[in-house]
Amino acid sequence: MSNGSAFLGLPAFPGAAREAVGNAQLRHNLRKATHTIRSKRAAVVGELDDWEELRAAGKAVKDHTLRHLDHYLVRLEEAVTAAGGHVHWAADADEANRIVTELVRATGGHDVVKVKSMATQEIGLNEALEAEGIRAYETDLAELIVQLGDDRPSHILVPAIHRNRSEIREIFLREMAAWGEPAPDDLTDEPRVLAEAARRHLRKRFLTAQVAVSGANFMVAETGTLVVVESEGNGRMCLTLPETLISVVGIEKVVPTWQDLAVFLQLLPRSSTGERMNPYTSMWTGVAPSDGPRNFHLVLLDNGRSRVLADEVGRQTLRCIRCSACLNVCPVYERAGGHAYGSVYPGPIGAILTPQLRGTTSELDASLPYASTLCGACYEVCPVAIDIPEVLVHLREQVVEGGGHRAERAAMKAAGWIFADPARLARVQRVAGRARRIVPRRLPGPGAAWTDTRDLPVPPEQSFRDWWAAERGRPTTPRSNP
Amino acid sequence: MRVGLFITCVNDTLYPRTGQAVVRLLERLGCEVDFPAEQSCCGQMHWNTGYGKQIEPLVRRFADTFAGYDAVVTASGSCGAMVRDNHPKAAARAADPTLPEAVAAVVPQVYDLSEFLVDVLGVTDVGAYFPHTVTYHPSCHSLRLMNLGDRPTTLLRNVRGLELRDLPGAEECCGFGGTFALKNPDVSAAMCADKVRHAVGTGAEVLCAADNSCLMHLGGTMGRQRSGVRTLHLAEILASTEEFPA
Repeated sequence: MSNGSAFLGLPAFPGAAREAVGNAQLRHNLRKATHTIRSKRAAVVGELDDWEELRAAGKAVKDHTLRHLDHYLVRLEEAVTAAGGHVHWAADADEANRIVTELVRATGGHDVVKVKSMATQEIGLNEALEAEGIRAYETDLAELIVQLGDDRPSHILVPAIHRNRSEIREIFLREMAAWGEPAPDDLTDEPRVLAEAARRHLRKRFLTAQVAVSGANFMVAETGTLVVVESEGNGRMCLTLPETLISVVGIEKVVPTWQDLAVFLQLLPRSSTGERMNPYTSMWTGVAPSDGPRNFHLVLLDNGRSRVLADEVGRQTLRCIRCSACLNVCPVYERAGGHAYGSVYPGPIGAILTPQLRGTTSELDASLPYASTLCGACYEVCPVAIDIPEVLVHLREQVVEGGGHRAERAAMKAAGWIFADPARLARVQRVAGRARRIVPRRLPGPGAAWTDTRDLPVPPEQSFRDWWAAERGRPTTPRSNP
Repeated sequence: MRVGLFITCVNDTLYPRTGQAVVRLLERLGCEVDFPAEQSCCGQMHWNTGYGKQIEPLVRRFADTFAGYDAVVTASGSCGAMVRDNHPKAAARAADPTLPEAVAAVVPQVYDLSEFLVDVLGVTDVGAYFPHTVTYHPSCHSLRLMNLGDRPTTLLRNVRGLELRDLPGAEECCGFGGTFALKNPDVSAAMCADKVRHAVGTGAEVLCAADNSCLMHLGGTMGRQRSGVRTLHLAEILASTEEFPA
């Protein structure tokens, strides 16, 4: 899979996280934002008596659909085509980018407006269009902040979560003029004023755009209807005003029926923005003669998803509805920030999705399954019950089996040998007990990772098993394996 | 009631006082406690670090060692969860076709100490005395995998002389995470800094948990900071009396 080029060549997670951990402003921004959304989510989820049933239903619908994905995708294609849309199949990022580029070229336009979309970021569409002389304008407020700041998104729902309002003011003042309507000279850092500046900056763009590019949160197979859920109304503008609409959507986004959709329209807003209902839900089915775009193209994106689907443990990742609840409760994400994950998918879901989509051959991708304490907070809040810790452990096995980690493999083998025989364990314990007076304050080499910030535990004079043997008169070493 | 004590390798090697406390406490409550010395490690470190395919002998050893007890009691939430959640998974892909059955027979008997006290023995006041202020860190695996709920704090509230202080952000991970503490030391230390700040901020003398692995990380950090707050396993507080103070 190719990826947004902005993310290539990044250091592995621990190194990138070290920088973020040392940035007090970033730590503060992330703590404040994640804790705010976290509390809102907890409140609106807590008011539903049937949340666990909804969650089980969401999981069941997704599992059923993924089990019969071939069937539902063909049904979707038939329904979209019957409604006057065109369906394109893209095996990977390059093919999807090529299809979109050609479709835009065919309109004669050089500008496209964009609805916030993870799939187009995953394939690096903006960069691919740029290379062909087509400029993509992000219209979601946070994506606009990221684009103007020549920055990278660091959160699925709130891509500019790492920015505070004074930074945003500075970016608007500095960059808006180069992209269109400049920011007013008297711009303050009040959120209302910043939002107004963004509205004015984007308005002409909406009214003149000939082509829009979107993703979709859901696709309903039975009618060929696409669904975008959003908060700002920019999506509604992009989806209705331009002549041509191109939607790039991952193949796992299909649901069989409208009844199934109803489950997710309850799960998603409560899990993502912590709202009972999101402000804008746009749905469209092909094209209509007197309303909305005249041309509609759906690009169905695989880009590694079929491979994920083939993995019995990993396939649950494809249930993800990109709500980002897991990011907002993750203690690692809160401190490391989104950029450390080196992908448009940060946080716990990114730590399992990115290595499955991209493989674990790069140092960065191989480090992602270890970017978790396995505390389980992500699994607890996931609206489609993805057992993220289980998938993390599964991916760690893949990393270990793919070679590397030589010193660790040797250490694990040695530990396994000791644990295989309690007599050996007892001998090791006695050696440790005798060395208790010389426990160092600092360890050299990899052990420094512990002793840089923590004292070492001092081994006791006597292990529990030796104490038991002495007190209760049982043999310490009952049977020794050869 | 014949109880097999699953000590766990960490407690056995580094924290024997926790094991001794469990023995004293359970015997005080009328249980017959046995320590089958054939036991070793549950395989959690291997499993969680990606070496799960190597633990079949440890899973077999656990199932054989603890077969036939009325209850198997452990004082580590993460080791208890390893046995309960992951030994069946490890057994399902083992070379030995008889392993799943052996694991399935022993798993229902495995209890965390506080579960055993509250659910099996039906005791919430264990007759302990500990005249100190304490704050309790629920530990992720005790909380989310063993689902201990309010059992530990209910037990602590019934200890004579003990004042329990609420820990802000209690349900957040302390940043230990086994090999995570070594692989991602900066994030681990940042998480620990927040947990320690909250613990010290309560003004408690003792930070208590039901898992010594988290306490090794928290205590190691607080010791390095000379914070003056000590760590104690729940079992040691519950075993504490005037005659044998913890």
